[in-house]
Amino acid sequence: MLCYAVAEGTYVRQGPQKKQTMKQLDDSSHNLIEIRNLKFSRGHRVIFKGLDLDIKRGEVTAFMGPSGTGKTTLLRLITRQLIPEEGTIHIGGIDIATLNMAELYRLRQRFGMLFQNGALLTDLNVFENVAFPLREHTKLTNRLIRHVVLTKLHAVGLRGAADMLPSELSGGMARRVALARAMVMDPDILIYDEPFVGLDPISMGVIVRLVRRMNDTLGITSIIVSHDVAEVSTVADCSFLISGGKVAASGSPDELRTAKSELVRQFMHGMADGPVAFHYQAPDYEEQLLGRDAE
Amino acid sequence: MTSVVRDLFNTSVEFVRTFGAFQLFSLRVLRHSPEVLLGRFGLVVKQVFNTGALSLVIIMVCGLFVGGVLGLQGYSNLARFNAEDSIGVFAAFGLIKELGPVITALLFAGRAGTALASEIGLMKATDQLSAMEMMAVNPVPRVLVPRFLGGVIAMPLLVAVFSMIGLFGTHLVAVELLSVDVGAFWQQIQITVDMEDINEGIIKSIVFGVAASMIAVWEGYNAVPTAEGVGRATTRTVVITAIAVLVFDFMITAVMI
Repeated sequence: MLCYAVAEGTYVRQGPQKKQTMKQLDDSSHNLIEIRNLKFSRGHRVIFKGLDLDIKRGEVTAFMGPSGTGKTTLLRLITRQLIPEEGTIHIGGIDIATLNMAELYRLRQRFGMLFQNGALLTDLNVFENVAFPLREHTKLTNRLIRHVVLTKLHAVGLRGAADMLPSELSGGMARRVALARAMVMDPDILIYDEPFVGLDPISMGVIVRLVRRMNDTLGITSIIVSHDVAEVSTVADCSFLISGGKVAASGSPDELRTAKSELVRQFMHGMADGPVAFHYQAPDYEEQLLGRDAE
Repeated sequence: MTSVVRDLFNTSVEFVRTFGAFQLFSLRVLRHSPEVLLGRFGLVVKQVFNTGALSLVIIMVCGLFVGGVLGLQGYSNLARFNAEDSIGVFAAFGLIKELGPVITALLFAGRAGTALASEIGLMKATDQLSAMEMMAVNPVPRVLVPRFLGGVIAMPLLVAVFSMIGLFGTHLVAVELLSVDVGAFWQQIQITVDMEDINEGIIKSIVFGVAASMIAVWEGYNAVPTAEGVGRATTRTVVITAIAVLVFDFMITAVMI
């Protein structure tokens, strides 16, 4: 039996990895990811001060919040690209802080991540970008790799762009190729960092439907970080509004939309005035324009 | 005064910390080198092409002119002692032991080192290295080691090409232009230059290759992931490589002379 590779249809991992110490994910619990008392800061700036949240298996979960609240940082903490100062993150019952590098890499093979800018490898063409995880982690034949890659590219509508280089793609196309690459290993958890930014309405609709369909048909757990309230509302089962280093509110999009909290109302309805100040901390406007500094 | 001392102390601590981190980084790269050399040689060959073959034009043109200058200078100085026939030996020693390895390493830093540092820095700035990590692929053996090994393999080959073209440049100037006897030119080289002299050039080229490639991948990997950060990393690659090459050159010459 292979570590972490319990999902049906997961490809055979390379030999040496089988010899590593095995830690089995608990695939039966309701919550796939549990975060408790998470504290993290960058320099003197506190990002999280005791964050608690649960991500349910098989659901689309969204992290929303004003800019700079640490949504992307939270994704990086969940994938252990960053290490928290305090608190625990359990994925499938395993505290990810206890994993060594080999175990962490095996856990990451169950993740697919869509980066904000796509993060395609610029020296490889579209086909090789999507084939990259398969070539690195499996011993599939070239014919089978071709089959899998073309299937994934077809799903995002870019089978015809297989021979193009990343530099020849538009922003939206690059994002769709990156999505094909993120799902090529049939992951259990798909993470999307701002997937809707800069997409035209057609691409956005395709991506939104794709996220929902993959979640429902393949049983993937999806995590989305986005500002886009309207799009998130159509796709997410549960949303967390993060503000001030904690979860300010959580619930289904409908629950958030009708919430009484000032902060939630300000964010969901895009109001300039409210608990979140539009202006960054600054001296008095009049004083600065007309005061001594102006001379 | 206190602030000067404090700044000096902080700078020293930072230097030691960076140097220590560089050594740990070098060990990581070296630790993965055998597996990449044996298991993924295709990636290394691609980088030998990128760093070596694409540097050939600049190396050959510079080699030709450096050899030509040696011919002119050597002739004008040796003619004072009626020893212009020894110009071949003079140029051969200069090129094989010193100028070949040193100038090639400096040109390598300018052409290939900067390309390596900026490529890796941009991969970092555009999240490509993070994406690899998220795909459970360690970027050290996949990205850094092939580029390092490519540089290490390419450098001695480039030095050999530089020295050969340089000697040809000297031949053109001395024999064809200044009418030095062609037989004396080549025969004296054959009699005087030993394998020991060539070994010195080979050792230097390998050491410079390791230093220049390691500095380039280190600077790229540790670049601040912004346009300004990548620019700075590229500049630092050239400056630090130039200093390292000249310091190593002095040390190796002192040991081998």
